[in-house]
Amino acid sequence: MAAKNKILEEITSAEYKYGFVTDIEMDTAPKGLNEDIIKLISSKKNEPEFMLEWRLKAYKYWLTMKQPQWQNVKFPPIDYQDSIYYAAPKQKAALKSLDEVDPEILSTFEKLGISLEEQKKLSGVAVDAVMDSVSVATTFKAKLGELGIIFCSFSDAVQEHPELIKQYIGSVVPYTDNYFAALNSAVFSDGSFCYIPKGVRCPMELSTYFRINAANTGQFERTLIIAEEGSYVSYLEGCTAPMRDKNQLHAAIVEIIAHKDAEVKYSTIQNWYPGNKEGVGGIYNFVTKRGICQGDNSKISWTQVETGAAITWKYPSVILKGDNSIGEFYSVAVTNNYQQADTGTKMIHIGKNTKSRIIAKGISAGKSNNSYRGLVRILKKAENARNFSQCDSLLMGDTCGAHTFPYIEVNNSTSKVEHEATTSKIEEDILFYCNQRGLATEEATNMIVNGFCKEVMKQLPMEFAVEAQKLLGISLEGSVG
Amino acid sequence: MISIKDLKVSIEGKEILKGINLEVNPGELHAIMGPNGSGKSTLASVLAGRPEYEVTGGEILYKGKDLLELPADQRAKQGIFLAFQYPVEIPGVSIANFMRSAINELRKAKNLEPLDAMDFLSEIKDKMKNMGIDLEFLNRAVNEGFSGGEKKRNEIFQMTMMDPDMIILDETDSGLDIDALKIVSEGVNNFRTDEKAFLIITHYQRLLNYIVPDYVHVIYDGRIVKSGDKSLALELEEKGYEWIKKLSKEAVEN
Ligand SMILES: Nc1ncnc2c1ncn2[C@@H]1O[C@H](COP(=O)(O)OP(=O)(O)O)[C@@H](O)[C@H]1O
Ligand SMILES: [Mg+2]
Repeated sequence: MAAKNKILEEITSAEYKYGFVTDIEMDTAPKGLNEDIIKLISSKKNEPEFMLEWRLKAYKYWLTMKQPQWQNVKFPPIDYQDSIYYAAPKQKAALKSLDEVDPEILSTFEKLGISLEEQKKLSGVAVDAVMDSVSVATTFKAKLGELGIIFCSFSDAVQEHPELIKQYIGSVVPYTDNYFAALNSAVFSDGSFCYIPKGVRCPMELSTYFRINAANTGQFERTLIIAEEGSYVSYLEGCTAPMRDKNQLHAAIVEIIAHKDAEVKYSTIQNWYPGNKEGVGGIYNFVTKRGICQGDNSKISWTQVETGAAITWKYPSVILKGDNSIGEFYSVAVTNNYQQADTGTKMIHIGKNTKSRIIAKGISAGKSNNSYRGLVRILKKAENARNFSQCDSLLMGDTCGAHTFPYIEVNNSTSKVEHEATTSKIEEDILFYCNQRGLATEEATNMIVNGFCKEVMKQLPMEFAVEAQKLLGISLEGSVG
Repeated sequence: MISIKDLKVSIEGKEILKGINLEVNPGELHAIMGPNGSGKSTLASVLAGRPEYEVTGGEILYKGKDLLELPADQRAKQGIFLAFQYPVEIPGVSIANFMRSAINELRKAKNLEPLDAMDFLSEIKDKMKNMGIDLEFLNRAVNEGFSGGEKKRNEIFQMTMMDPDMIILDETDSGLDIDALKIVSEGVNNFRTDEKAFLIITHYQRLLNYIVPDYVHVIYDGRIVKSGDKSLALELEEKGYEWIKKLSKEAVEN
């Protein structure tokens, strides 16, 4: 593999030497990946030296790695030299009106109950001055600024707060962590940065802001959230609106640091294009999300609703280092047609009296495959650690699959680990029973699915819970009956 | 209310109902009796619109309209209720939630607003009490972990909630002890009006001591082989299945 990479690199870099020098003013880098491309990315972004060094180390490490094979998913090999790793963040070509947007997307917006103005923003239609989202965002920023909260793009943070970036980047997800983490670390384009100072409780869900900015997500995003002692933030990334992208591979990284007595609640709704009914197209969503409860009594809570992407690999994890710290993972993953999801969490108990709670709900329909993969590791010093895991699967019909892979490693005898799992199936019998009580098949399915997901949905900020519920219905439309 | 003419039904290519004729008017209560496997549940399922059954002949008129072209949920919305012989479990859906969804769908079909949550709650509690169902069941998943008798009482409770016009009970009495049988019978009797019609499927005469039918039909091998008043049930009990077989043979030969 390394040898093969080397050859590829030689061939492609030969091409670049030619293309690179002459076209240095171009907004888009040539296809492929090599050190020059990484230098280009870093210099275009005007990054400090430490950033470039870090990127290059990550790249060199990546070259020594192999794409992982162990997940319960199948996909054709990805040609990493066939991608473009840098494009200047151009304004998207604005559409003049919603009439120019794919009607299928519009009908989904409608079903989700997204307002017209937001529909325009999300699909890149020019917005009138009154509803200008930039000004809304500016208002948020001013409010947050008063409290000393830093909330900006990753690139801005690199410019304005390099000391924080230098201290924390890769501190939770090192570039050596896995293949996609190394790739992301080498070539990441942008992302978000959030810093909550000591003792500050962020007064708003950072969701509203995100919704407005959701239209521009990159292929290799990075998010870094730092919660100082005694602070609190609830953060929501992604949105229910369907997201299309010409890049097939998405490999994001999220790092969260919670200091003493701090709490971070991170919610995400992922609705990447899953491919068509035959399983063609669709996005590969390979994400590394991890938080560390660095200080005592800190808490990190992940909530995710995953309905999109052709393939999802995602294991939001918590390292419970501080004593009495708490990690939570609430997940709903829906797969339909030919979608494949392999998702779960890792809870690493290091400190005393640490607690973790895992509630994972998988719904499979069509010919899809849905796997829960989770690790609970209790280290020697984690006196009185507690874990509770509940993994439930709901199958719609006979052609889909649900799999559960719970791994448990306990090295401390005072700890307690509980695991429960159930599998239910929505069968003809159940649907007929509901039909007989006046519920059409679609309503019946929604009712069962919502009952199944309730525990996770109630973790979401209110306005998103309602939308997320509708989204589940849409994702499963026509999957039974 | 309902008019069944020469109804023929098959499942997986096998003919189960071989020409059923039955007329049930508003205010009437008909009992259907017959040995296991004679097609009683098949008849109930076809009336309720179960999709697996194939109607190969005949017709069913409900309130004067062709019933067979309606999907099951529409039939329910138009007042057909089936108390199942084997009620299924609905994973993760509480009775409260299930009934609220069902009733609001019915109301939607009638262009009514959804029921107020407080009104709904007090109604559901009253009706559960009437059926002797513990209120703690409200938040339990529908039929999950219910005993046989609890499932049957739950069906009748749902009937009272949904206020249907054409009620079909499929062996609601089987598996009930005498106390439960009395509660269920009382529930049904209180529900009888001049506007409602009942089709009560039972294996035993016992139920008909409590719920007195206007007519009794005996079904065997997919045909109604004898009809009469309530005394037919007693006669059937006395003479047993051999008598039915003989009747059936005669019916086929005629
Ligand atoms: N889903 C089914 N698939 C195949 N055969 C069936 C099915 N349902 C009923 N049958 C057959 O139809 C006949 C009548 O069954 P049923 O209507 O349940 O009788 P009853 O309710 O009078 O006991 C039986 O022979 C039974 O085996
Ligand atoms: Mg039966």
